[in-house]
Amino acid sequence: MFHSDNPGLTAGLTEFLQQLINGLSLGSVYALLALGYTMVYGILRFINFAHSDVFMVGAFAGYYAVKPFTISLAKLGLSLPVNLHLGAHSISSGLLALLISMAFCALLGIIIERLAYRPLRDRSKLTVLITAIGVSLLLESGGQLIFGADPEPFPELFPVREFSGGGLSVSSNQLLVIGMAAILLIGLQLIVLKTKIGTAMRAVSFNHQAASLVGINNDRIISFTFGLGSALAAAGGILYSMNYPSIEPYMGILPGLKAFVAAVLGGIGNIPGAALGGVLLGLIETFVNGSRYSTWTDAIAFAVLILILLFKPAGLLGKVQLEKV
Amino acid sequence: MLLGSLLAVGVLGWFSDKINPYHADVLTKVGINIILAVSLNLVNGYTGQFSLGHAGFMAVGAYTSAAITLFLGPKILPHHDMADSYWAAYAVFGGALVAGGLVAALAGWGVGAPSLRLKGDYLAIVTLGFGEIIRVIFCNIHFLGGALGLNGIPACTNLFWVFATAVLCTYVVVAMVHSTYGRGFLAVHDDEVAAEAMGLNTTRYKIVAFVVGAFFAGLAGGLYGHYTLSIDPKGFGFMHSIDIVVMVILGGMGNTPGVILAAVVLTLLPEWLRPVAQYRMVIYSFLLIVLMLTRPQGLFTWRRKWKQV
Amino acid sequence: MAASPTSQPLLRLEHCTMRFGGLTCVSEFTAHIAEMDLVGLIGPNGAGKTTVFNLITGVYQPTGGKIEFRGKSIVGKKPYQITAHGIARTFQNIRLFPSLSVFDNVRVAFHLHLFQGIAHAVWRGGAFLREEREIAEQVMALLEIFQLTKFRDAPASSLPYGDQRRLEIVRALATRPKLLLLDEPAAGMNPTEKTELMKLIQFVEQKFKISVLLVEHDMQVVMGICRRILVLDYGIKIAEGTPQEVRANPKVIEAYLGQEQAK
Repeated sequence: MFHSDNPGLTAGLTEFLQQLINGLSLGSVYALLALGYTMVYGILRFINFAHSDVFMVGAFAGYYAVKPFTISLAKLGLSLPVNLHLGAHSISSGLLALLISMAFCALLGIIIERLAYRPLRDRSKLTVLITAIGVSLLLESGGQLIFGADPEPFPELFPVREFSGGGLSVSSNQLLVIGMAAILLIGLQLIVLKTKIGTAMRAVSFNHQAASLVGINNDRIISFTFGLGSALAAAGGILYSMNYPSIEPYMGILPGLKAFVAAVLGGIGNIPGAALGGVLLGLIETFVNGSRYSTWTDAIAFAVLILILLFKPAGLLGKVQLEKV
Repeated sequence: MLLGSLLAVGVLGWFSDKINPYHADVLTKVGINIILAVSLNLVNGYTGQFSLGHAGFMAVGAYTSAAITLFLGPKILPHHDMADSYWAAYAVFGGALVAGGLVAALAGWGVGAPSLRLKGDYLAIVTLGFGEIIRVIFCNIHFLGGALGLNGIPACTNLFWVFATAVLCTYVVVAMVHSTYGRGFLAVHDDEVAAEAMGLNTTRYKIVAFVVGAFFAGLAGGLYGHYTLSIDPKGFGFMHSIDIVVMVILGGMGNTPGVILAAVVLTLLPEWLRPVAQYRMVIYSFLLIVLMLTRPQGLFTWRRKWKQV
Repeated sequence: MAASPTSQPLLRLEHCTMRFGGLTCVSEFTAHIAEMDLVGLIGPNGAGKTTVFNLITGVYQPTGGKIEFRGKSIVGKKPYQITAHGIARTFQNIRLFPSLSVFDNVRVAFHLHLFQGIAHAVWRGGAFLREEREIAEQVMALLEIFQLTKFRDAPASSLPYGDQRRLEIVRALATRPKLLLLDEPAAGMNPTEKTELMKLIQFVEQKFKISVLLVEHDMQVVMGICRRILVLDYGIKIAEGTPQEVRANPKVIEAYLGQEQAK
């Protein structure tokens, strides 16, 4: 496909393009996760530590949507086999699994907010932070209890096809990931900018008091935000597992942290910023991983975080906030 | 009072051989956790800087001291005969521990200086990030074992060392905080703007807290390494940092006796919960949430009578 | 006692401007405060009075102009350094240290004059113990002057409001300032408390030989004790003079038009 006098250049270019696609795919997942962090932070000025674990639950929800499973409570002698009969391997079943997972996690996110965060709305930031850590640990250890600690292979939700040409090898999963993430991102932008509830979200994130004074039900908007963010996290979980098909209860921690860094990179509280940050971070990480410094990959995200907070704390697209004395 | 406790520890040390090895094991862990919790309490509790990277400083101390005893030790003590060079060996160990602490303190300065202008949530994440970076750095230092860890560390830790350090750590922290200078830590915690207006260099206070906290975490790390005889970067991840943070929260931030009690309870808890080991973390995290919802000031705080400091 | 014209003013602000983005809070503000002076800074809400305080104490850096204290520029210095130079302040919303006792709130402010640092705190040698004792005595002396000794071990937040305000002033005095900035000290006080406050401020000025710059809304207090008054409106100084001069100044009256001020 490529004719060149310089095979090295072609190989380099191919390598670059390959990494580009890998990076975009990973970056799409980070972007989806980052959105949840940034929306919650924008509206409550609070880092939802448990977000990364909703990601994990989303992946598992996708898993159980297609695999028959049994709910059994041995002590009570109950055994309930569940089979959603989705039959893997078709586009429609894959989409259905995705939607089920998103809905389930949206509910989970709303429940968490209602039970663990809302009662602490007036307390010190530290208290809520620690509660969030507690919820995170609960989800992880609970997941370990329910799903088992061993990694499970993620089923093929969608029919997979490999495309190769000119040295490039791209899986349809990767393209799907990028495509679906893009659709979700555009969908989110539409909701936030064009719908009434989206406007309400933006109002609440600017000023809680003013928003409630104009008749917005802050609690409902906050719940909605959590639900939306969690649904995106679930989507992220499934899309991530499509490319890294091994899921386990602690899988969300590192991607979650990195997605948070991505959110800060783009400007926390800023939705396009989160998307930008996610993609950028995915690209940076993939290129580092492909280089000879691959053992430092995990540290890169944190190095980026520290650099950004030191030099441009508002992020790439964000605005600085002043404190009143 | 310091001398009294040191004496008690000395006595404990002499009896350490007589104690049931299982109890000794648990006690050692308790002691190490006390050091970690009390040192973190200085940063998180008294000074109000929410640090989530304490385990990273522990790692620095562990690796540094292990490197010294493993690589430098044989050079300093060419003839290994326990009976002969008993004191010499312990001197090397002590030196290695202190060196570990100092390097950890340096790391504490390195982490604290850039991070301390950040507030609350951000500081937590950045310290967590630094902890992870430290972990990855150690994964990449191959002469220290890299990702596979460092083995064969000489077994120098015993109950005497652990509890002597614990007593020292507690004493230093308490003595520091209960001085006029030390009241400044609490002032910085309460209201930075007002503290600055009263002439306190808040940045310096925060850095001092970080550095001292990191020093003792480094000591704890050194003790830990010479007890488990093999260390690897994964063991110092942020999960471990969170464990220590929970001890500080449970004990009541800024409440040293409470924190010590919390360290003891939380170290013993996994032992007591052995029968339900798989439920341990679930119960643990659930309790944490409940605690925050109902009694965020910690379990072991009590209304102090107006006691003079 | 007026400052002699040949002596250098204690605090000098020249053409100070504070701009936040597009908003100018304080514009070309020029003022002098002499030694042993009692000056009031008044103006309608939002006139920029607290901003001026924040400029002087280093919380904000002026976007233009000079600020000199005892002849040396203090622009660019951090708040704790400025306090070390001799300027102390209280806050509009009382900012005591809630987790510290009354005693400790004052004690902490002696930090500036500490000789022994942390290492000494740990070592607890003779010199350290002696200094701690001296500080304790000085704290008690201060508390006694202001009748707060009975509260010494109480948590600062448990005091009645008026006493908290007093404590804040005491704490500021512990830093041994030459200039004391009081930000709306009479806020939330009843007439009896206000009279006591006025006496307190004059007492502080006389006994500790310091200058006081006072931001206040309450005209009774301002007119009652200030020797000079500066009037700020929309960030600009519109008048300066003795209470009588200011009271009669048409520009001042206009600025306050529509606002009832108790006389």
